[in-house]
Amino acid sequence: MMEKIKKLILDTVAEAVIEEKQKLTVTVEPKKLHLLVQTLRDNKTHSFDYLVNLTGVDRGEELGVDYLLCSSADLSKEVVLKTGTSDRENPLLYSITDLFETAHFNEREVFALLGIRFINNPDMRKFFLNADWVGYPLRKDYDPNPELNPVSIESKDMVDIAPRILETSDGKLVEEFVNIFEDDDYIINIGPQHPSTHGVMHFRTSLDGEIVKKIDVHSGYIHRGIEKLSESLTYPQILHFTDRLDYLSANINRHALCMCVEKAIDIEVPERAQYIRVIMDELTRIDSHLLAWSAMTHDLGATTAFIYGMREREIILDIFDKTCGGRLIINQNVIGGVMFDIYADFQKDVKAFIPYMRKKLIEYDRFFSHNVIALGRTQGVGFMSKDEAISYAVTGPAGRASDWSCDIRKHIPYSLYNQVEFKEILRKEGDAYARYLNRLDEIEESLHIIEQLIDNIPQGDFCAKTKAIIKLPEGEYYERVEAAKGEFGVFIESRGDKFPYRLKFRSPSMALVSAMPLICQGEKIADLIGIGGSMDYVIPDIDR
Amino acid sequence: MILNYSQPLEISNLTSWFDQYLRSNLSEFWTLLIEFVLVGIFLLAAYAVIALILIYAERKITAFFQARLGPNRVGKWGLLQSVADMIKILLKEIIRINRSDRFLFFAAPFFMIVASMLTFGAIPFGKGLQAIDFNIGVLYVTAVSSLGIIGVLLAGWSSNNKYSMIGAMRSGAQFISYELSSGFALMTIVVLAGTMQFSQMIEGQRFCWNIFNGHISSIIAFVIYLISGHAETNRGPFDLPEAESELTAGYHTEYSGLQFGFYYLAEYLNMFIIASIATTVFLGGYLPIQIQGWDAFNGIMGYIPSYVWFFSKTGFLIFLSLWVRWSFPRLRIDQLLNLEWKYLLPINLVNLLLMVILVLTGLTLKNLFGIL
Repeated sequence: MMEKIKKLILDTVAEAVIEEKQKLTVTVEPKKLHLLVQTLRDNKTHSFDYLVNLTGVDRGEELGVDYLLCSSADLSKEVVLKTGTSDRENPLLYSITDLFETAHFNEREVFALLGIRFINNPDMRKFFLNADWVGYPLRKDYDPNPELNPVSIESKDMVDIAPRILETSDGKLVEEFVNIFEDDDYIINIGPQHPSTHGVMHFRTSLDGEIVKKIDVHSGYIHRGIEKLSESLTYPQILHFTDRLDYLSANINRHALCMCVEKAIDIEVPERAQYIRVIMDELTRIDSHLLAWSAMTHDLGATTAFIYGMREREIILDIFDKTCGGRLIINQNVIGGVMFDIYADFQKDVKAFIPYMRKKLIEYDRFFSHNVIALGRTQGVGFMSKDEAISYAVTGPAGRASDWSCDIRKHIPYSLYNQVEFKEILRKEGDAYARYLNRLDEIEESLHIIEQLIDNIPQGDFCAKTKAIIKLPEGEYYERVEAAKGEFGVFIESRGDKFPYRLKFRSPSMALVSAMPLICQGEKIADLIGIGGSMDYVIPDIDR
Repeated sequence: MILNYSQPLEISNLTSWFDQYLRSNLSEFWTLLIEFVLVGIFLLAAYAVIALILIYAERKITAFFQARLGPNRVGKWGLLQSVADMIKILLKEIIRINRSDRFLFFAAPFFMIVASMLTFGAIPFGKGLQAIDFNIGVLYVTAVSSLGIIGVLLAGWSSNNKYSMIGAMRSGAQFISYELSSGFALMTIVVLAGTMQFSQMIEGQRFCWNIFNGHISSIIAFVIYLISGHAETNRGPFDLPEAESELTAGYHTEYSGLQFGFYYLAEYLNMFIIASIATTVFLGGYLPIQIQGWDAFNGIMGYIPSYVWFFSKTGFLIFLSLWVRWSFPRLRIDQLLNLEWKYLLPINLVNLLLMVILVLTGLTLKNLFGIL
């Protein structure tokens, strides 16, 4: 199969350089990239139609972009494409937004952080940063002097004009500006300070009466530059950042980074640590889904349901608290295992929680899932087809509600997930109600996984011995896990140092938000909020 | 006919004694002047006190719905919490909004509060505890309570805020729609009772409340009145004008301090007013539970003062409204209007016709069983 793909690549672009690293890596020149991606996406037998990750890298001699593509039918079939340009003054690459919608925000992010502009991207504004930001933070020669970018207390008007570069049919490049909205649009700002955007998210929304005409997403209000900070921190130090991405999947994110480093330096994680990790991961997932359920009911106006969800979540937080002292951000995973062993009554507490949670799931169903108003507000609202989910890279419960089997735990089983039995919940409806039900069903599946593990935790070490200073051998490392909101990925490019050369987190929430303008168009403004609740994004995960 | 019980706890004893005392000492003009002023003061005080009690009750009841404790720090069981909140709201700064229409912005809350205060005068709180007994009481209450919408529309228009504007527009659509339903529901009962005067309506329900008298038709009207009344008070699941999750606070987003307090008060009082009209029209108002022929039972019930009956019936209806509010998610604007125009209004029209037939053919319970 690998040979066939190689042949296909070489048939399309003869001068492509193919290397077999952790993943099959293909380097092509910018002009050929679009053609290669299109061929890989559209071929019948090995279709690479899911863009997992788009990472901009300052390789020193050139500014480049890495694309991780995989097949939507089998997520373990992966190929990495690389391209780059040595022009640091006016770097230009070709956009693949027409092939993958998810590339749009990612390319804008790369422009903001590395200054690479993408030809044919319809809206080449900086994502995360203001248009007037001086310098490109992820470049190695970035000047972090605060005087260059002083904190402004002036109020600035929003400018709804987007620059873009188009290539005409005769190969010329044309720079032009387009208006995002029409002149007489009634625009309201939903966010950045708004009760229902689940964080500091800003949707500029144009309305026709109550109907949403268009949404323009602004993000970056709480961007912390975690990827940049990581480049000057050691791996054990970086671990703490992962918890602060999607704080609801804190433990799962950290698991991903730990695994990435462990695989790179060949550490065997003790069996006991694996069990603790997976149990904690699943508890985290339940915690996240409970909060998602609560927040969605609250978005639809049911405050009481919101508090019921919080009540159950409290028990999980108490278990976390007793295990390691943390409640939201639990700092449990470390490289080689876990930081703390479980406490004496851990199994008893978790086993008491399982039947309690099952009882409460029935209560949720009776209280909210079949309520006439709730059905009216969620059924048939915010429809997303399977093709759209793949194109926008919407994974997790939301992707599975559109009938896309995208559970990394099934496709690329990591840790103990090949030893436990659980169902991947798929629904065909693709609406807000399907996403809602998927979460409740996944709570049940997570309980089932915990049930299988909780009695069998083996004795032994809970953490492997590691060197005092962890250095990753030169190379590129990817790790993908199933976080509560979708696929979470870690990409580390190491040059053999104790710091990563480039570290990138694939954020599931960014994909969820990128689909919002599509699925909210033509819906009522009240549904915009409800759909947001059903997508369940977390902003710090986007503003890394 | 109407049994006269000794009712030592009735406030009307006190008021009529006071009235006679004044009349024996002063001229008619001064008597009336003093009484008018006193009635005004009492109504205003009652207005504030009822609102405080309602706010406390709602917070406590919701807390128990939601597995919480509710206010429990200020005073015993948090009893003084709403008083503390009132003092806080009185002391808060009133923020002036740039580029808002200053005059309308300040006028808007008054429409709201005046509308709900005007209804207060016509509500019979107990035997003899009614400021004015209009012969068209039902019409008056319906007319005056719908003035409040002007306040909402003005607030939305003058705030120079798009959220407020959307909230006000929603409110307008909602209020006008549901006003129809509640009006028709009341009209159904007017057909049954044959009067629009609250006092006569209540006396007619001595042994058979209107909700039982008109059986099917009355019950339909009662349910519709509760739904549409609930919608008129802008409380969940019909709280779209405020719709916290999408419009932050809807039409009163820009209000602060006492002006916000006016909206807040009016919201709670409207809930009370709707419940008390429902009590008066459907549930026999301040009358105790009486069963024809059971004189001893009637006597015992009669010892409980009328205002206690009134407030407990009203309280029950308010509890229902809280229960609904805190259980259901919010409707969407198109669903809300569908509910009114496609379901409630047609049902109402048919129901009105049905009631007319019931009354004309003598199929009401009173006629069937010869109840007085």
